[in-house]
Amino acid sequence: MSIDKSVLWTVMPLMAVGTYLIRFSFLGFLGATPLPGWLRRALRYTAVAVLPGLVAPAVLWPAATGGDPDPARLIAALATVIAGVATRSMLAGIGAGGLTLFATLALLG
Amino acid sequence: MTAPQALTIADPRAAFLRGVRHGLPFFLVIMPFGMLFGVLGTEAGLNTSEVVAFSLTVFAGAAQFAALQMMQTQAPIWAILATAMVVNLRLLMYSVALTPHLGRAPLGIRAIIAYFLVDQSFALASAEYARRPEMTVPEKTAYFFGVVLPVTAMWLAANIAGSQMGQAIPPEYALDFALPITFLALVSPMLRSLADLAAALVSAGGTLALIWLPYGTGLLVAAGLAMAAAVLVENLTPAKSAS
Repeated sequence: MSIDKSVLWTVMPLMAVGTYLIRFSFLGFLGATPLPGWLRRALRYTAVAVLPGLVAPAVLWPAATGGDPDPARLIAALATVIAGVATRSMLAGIGAGGLTLFATLALLG
Repeated sequence: MTAPQALTIADPRAAFLRGVRHGLPFFLVIMPFGMLFGVLGTEAGLNTSEVVAFSLTVFAGAAQFAALQMMQTQAPIWAILATAMVVNLRLLMYSVALTPHLGRAPLGIRAIIAYFLVDQSFALASAEYARRPEMTVPEKTAYFFGVVLPVTAMWLAANIAGSQMGQAIPPEYALDFALPITFLALVSPMLRSLADLAAALVSAGGTLALIWLPYGTGLLVAAGLAMAAAVLVENLTPAKSAS
């Protein structure tokens, strides 16, 4: 599972340039260019539209169990989301998820 | 010196120190997140200087985690880059939103601001500029850099600490699941409206349903559908004072 160094040193600079251009775009040269309203609205949802999909496969089919659904990890994920939504705090979510994971792993083996 | 006297004298130094003070409490979030990147980076075979180089060049936590994960699954480079850019799309919104405030700073300064445009600096700066509309451009710039100083220092220090701990953590600690938990904890507090919820459900459900698409491209499709779903739901629900 070790990362190939040639892949790393290709991805890293390209990602750096791409990320920088996204940040520099409007501040740097697009300035007052108006963004279409629908795009502006869609972009506000980027985080909630990307992060759940990014983690969903790892929640349902964790690599650590060979891709079989694992009750401990499912319960921990649920606890994280419930705590995060209820408290509006990222730290509370991490705490609840981590503790639940260790507790269920200890109980269920 | 014939310039008209302003009511409040511009004080970039005070603004800078205010920024530092406001940035420090992010310690609680940045330390675990930054250490996790160091730990997972080391487990993926990166040494400490590669972990730090990754953070210094890209400087975007969520995208770094996504790329780290995909590089380990031998996904093709274009798919890794596409995913990282989609994760970073929100930075485009930040760039748009800060332009009315910082767009008149010198180009060289804006070039540096752009590099440091992250979730924390955006969140604090946009709140501060709304709270103190009388701030001058130099003050706004100083405040921004004030926030960025502790945030950057803590992120890099946490990366190094995590990377040193890296291999010392035994597998029973189920570290594989630290990243899903962190991302879920990051996104859950953002679920404030029906539109947010729709986006999250379409994103997760869509990615799972499209898992058969090669190289994680299902995520890209699902993210697009999720954003469309959010805008659609926003249109259907009674407006709360749309901006």
